[in-house]
Amino acid sequence: MKSSARQTTPVKIKIAGLNLWYGDNHAVKGIDMAIPANRITALIGPSGCGKSSFLRCINRMNDLIDHVRIDGQVIVDGKNIYDNDVDEIAVRKRIGMVFQQPNPFPKSIYENITYAPLKHGQVRKGRESDALVEASLSSAGLWNEVKDKLHSPGTSLSGGQQQRLCIARAIAVSPDIILMDEPSSALDPISTEKIESLMLELRENYTIVIVTHNMQQAHRTADYTAYFHLGELVEYDETKKLFMNPGQQLTEDYITGRFG
Amino acid sequence: MKKSKKFNSERLMVLVLAMASAISILTTVGILFSILFQAIEFFQLKSFWYFITGTEWSPGQMDSRFGALPIFAGTFMITIIALTIAIPAGIGSAIYMSEYASPRWRNILKPLLEVLAGIPTVVYGFFAALTIAPAIVSFAELLGLDAAYNSALACGLVMGVMIIPVISSLSDDVLRAVPDSQRNASLALGMTHSETIRHIVVPSAMPGIISASLLGLSKAIGETMIVVMAAGLRPNLSWNPLEDMTTVTVRIVDALVGDHAFDSPDTLSAFSLGLVLFVITLILNMISLAQIRKFKTRYKISSL
Amino acid sequence: MNNHPFHDPGLKARHRSARLFKWYATASIALTLAFLCFFLFDMGRTAFPALWQTYVKVDVSYSEKTLRLTSKAIDRKYRKIVSRAWLRNIRRQVEVKPELMGHTLSQWVLADDQVDQYMKGHHYNLKVKQIAVVEALKVEGAIEMRWNNIFFARGDSKLPENAGLLSALIGSLLTLGVTMLVAFPLGVMTAVYLEEFARDNTLTRFIEVNINNLAAIPSILFGLLGLAVFINLFGLPRSSPLVGGLTLALMTLPIIIVSARAALRSVPDSIRQAGYGLGLTRVQIVQDHVLPLAMPGILTGSVIGVAQAMGETAPLIIIGMIAFIPDSPTSIVEAATVLPAQIFTWAGLPERAYVEKTAAGIVVILLILFLLNTIAVYLRKKYEIKC
Repeated sequence: MKSSARQTTPVKIKIAGLNLWYGDNHAVKGIDMAIPANRITALIGPSGCGKSSFLRCINRMNDLIDHVRIDGQVIVDGKNIYDNDVDEIAVRKRIGMVFQQPNPFPKSIYENITYAPLKHGQVRKGRESDALVEASLSSAGLWNEVKDKLHSPGTSLSGGQQQRLCIARAIAVSPDIILMDEPSSALDPISTEKIESLMLELRENYTIVIVTHNMQQAHRTADYTAYFHLGELVEYDETKKLFMNPGQQLTEDYITGRFG
Repeated sequence: MKKSKKFNSERLMVLVLAMASAISILTTVGILFSILFQAIEFFQLKSFWYFITGTEWSPGQMDSRFGALPIFAGTFMITIIALTIAIPAGIGSAIYMSEYASPRWRNILKPLLEVLAGIPTVVYGFFAALTIAPAIVSFAELLGLDAAYNSALACGLVMGVMIIPVISSLSDDVLRAVPDSQRNASLALGMTHSETIRHIVVPSAMPGIISASLLGLSKAIGETMIVVMAAGLRPNLSWNPLEDMTTVTVRIVDALVGDHAFDSPDTLSAFSLGLVLFVITLILNMISLAQIRKFKTRYKISSL
Repeated sequence: MNNHPFHDPGLKARHRSARLFKWYATASIALTLAFLCFFLFDMGRTAFPALWQTYVKVDVSYSEKTLRLTSKAIDRKYRKIVSRAWLRNIRRQVEVKPELMGHTLSQWVLADDQVDQYMKGHHYNLKVKQIAVVEALKVEGAIEMRWNNIFFARGDSKLPENAGLLSALIGSLLTLGVTMLVAFPLGVMTAVYLEEFARDNTLTRFIEVNINNLAAIPSILFGLLGLAVFINLFGLPRSSPLVGGLTLALMTLPIIIVSARAALRSVPDSIRQAGYGLGLTRVQIVQDHVLPLAMPGILTGSVIGVAQAMGETAPLIIIGMIAFIPDSPTSIVEAATVLPAQIFTWAGLPERAYVEKTAAGIVVILLILFLLNTIAVYLRKKYEIKC
């Protein structure tokens, strides 16, 4: 039961009949969804509703967990990423991810950024990677704060800075899509605000899908919002419409705080 | 009145407990001094300088000479062979268990490696002498080489296998203590599983892996039974692992099992060798402990 | 078909190196376990023949002459066939059963080790004439292999066919008894002190570092300590289970301390708080409430400590526990040997017949260690359910 969002922009990710089981636990149930390009799409819903599991299907992070079974299609730019001829490494290269807890590597800020692009052969050491570090950190709004200590460890930054470093690290691989799994739930309000305004800037160049517990966050940042309940997609619409005039009783109960 | 009596017995109890824990310090002090005094006595009879640099070890003679260099060299050779086996295999096993094996497999593999760790070294020694050493002689013959029946290679190989679980067990603990968020971060950047292990997980766990390897090194240097049973007695300054060599521990046993007077230089030489062993292993243990502390503070881990 | 947006030919090489790396990790553990299998198989194969011993049926005459010179009890041609150890026993046979005197009985007697080796198809040292005698006995059905009782019922012997593990087993038992009597209380007391009473000061930290270090000191150095302190300084008897046990106790101490501390730490603090609430003293709380809860964990660690001490050889060699001990020791101050030392002694003997005995000794010690570890695992399981 859902009303599909009226799309005014081209579709970036088309999800069709997606199911996911952890062993016998049917965690994601038959999701059909079209995620528009260069927009922020928020996934909300109570804990255990399958929104994070769903998010991890989009860059095949669930492949790594034992006893997980997935069927259905996730079509990105016209290609199902679960097709046999698709390499999950190539998928994750194009679809970046930012996690709930900031997780910089125990390396320098500089190396945090350049690690993956160097291994992917996207840049060479020296001037190219210097430029990449500056560009990525600037996009993540972190350049001015860290430009004088690029070689100190990434873990020496504050929590909010670490999370922006993680975003810069994801951007450095030049993905088209960035998935964010509750990116600010571990941060203070000021850092959260910085992350949110960063997301709005990044929307220009990236398709962003964010899982959040925080309905205000979805309201403030997302163009479209999807409400998940018990593994099902209950409602998916423009954020404004979903919050002002939810089409489903379940959605209304959730956003008015009757449960959560 | 009753209360103060209770209080006194309480204090007495704590005092007794404190004294019990002093035993461990006494043991270390006891080992140090029992070795040190006899070693000093030895160096009053024989030159310390020659002991460190001399190349002839000939106890039990009129003009006995105690140059320990060939003994150190033999120890070094066998230790190097052992670590060449144990470090790659130990770390590889640890990586397999912590990164690739499913929980079910790990629960099978870990106890199996513990079996290997629990085998008494006298058993390894017998195996080295009975099975491995003759096999090496035959194999060398096939290649047209000459191998001794108590070759350094045979000891080193078996000792290497003995040390694998020492290294793999601690390394496995350390690798598993690296938070999963690190692995996820790397994988989400499009790195392969093995790149993630090589570039992220292993470097993070490096202090612990170094600690484990140093522990293995210390074990190899101090190992006695394998070399007593499968290595030679002849101090031999050579680079050829197919030759027989002797080690510090072998000479300690040899000096103390014979019927020499306790204050003869022959017997006392065992303590001077023991002193060297004590100092080297102590330094290795200290570095090893410092490394593991470094790892613990990095990830704020209190167990391990 | 390959022109989809996720096509990336550069990944091929990276996947190849990934496979190579996984292959390396798998090979490491596979080779290690292959070694374990090969080793266990090789020991088992070598040890197996020791389970049987050859007996021959010959006429034995009991007379005055026989008692004077026991080798006269049997036909000349059997002199190298029958075990000298059995012949030596004739005098005692007669002492126990005097009615044997004056009779000649056809009976099964223990064969010499060379005959035994010949029967088992090993390397043997028999003259052609003696082989003929053995073959004749075979035809008569007067030679057979029997379950080797001697191996478990007797002590060491210079004659391989008469050598057994019993004295070493008892020596091990006495030694480990001393070890645990000393190490268990000391270890638990140290752990209780460090965990429950000690303040976190420099001295405490020094004790901790010291215990960690003690655990990594080469075992042979403990032997030097035992020799210099227990034997030379205190004058305790050399080669005795007392000295051996004390030496091993110092080695086992760190293992017990570490496991006991872990067990004490896992007792929830609420138990202690509850005790304070009832007005109990710290000693009372620890004694009556904390220690009993930690006991299974402490016992697990102690059993592991015993298992380690059981296989320890080097320090015991230094303090002389490799003496030849045919009769089982009856006290902790007599000269004794222990299982691994017995294995070491046998491994060094030139007679081929000792090889299988050594391997059999090894199988016995491995079985005991397996048993001890099973007990430890059982205790740990029980403990886990409780908490």
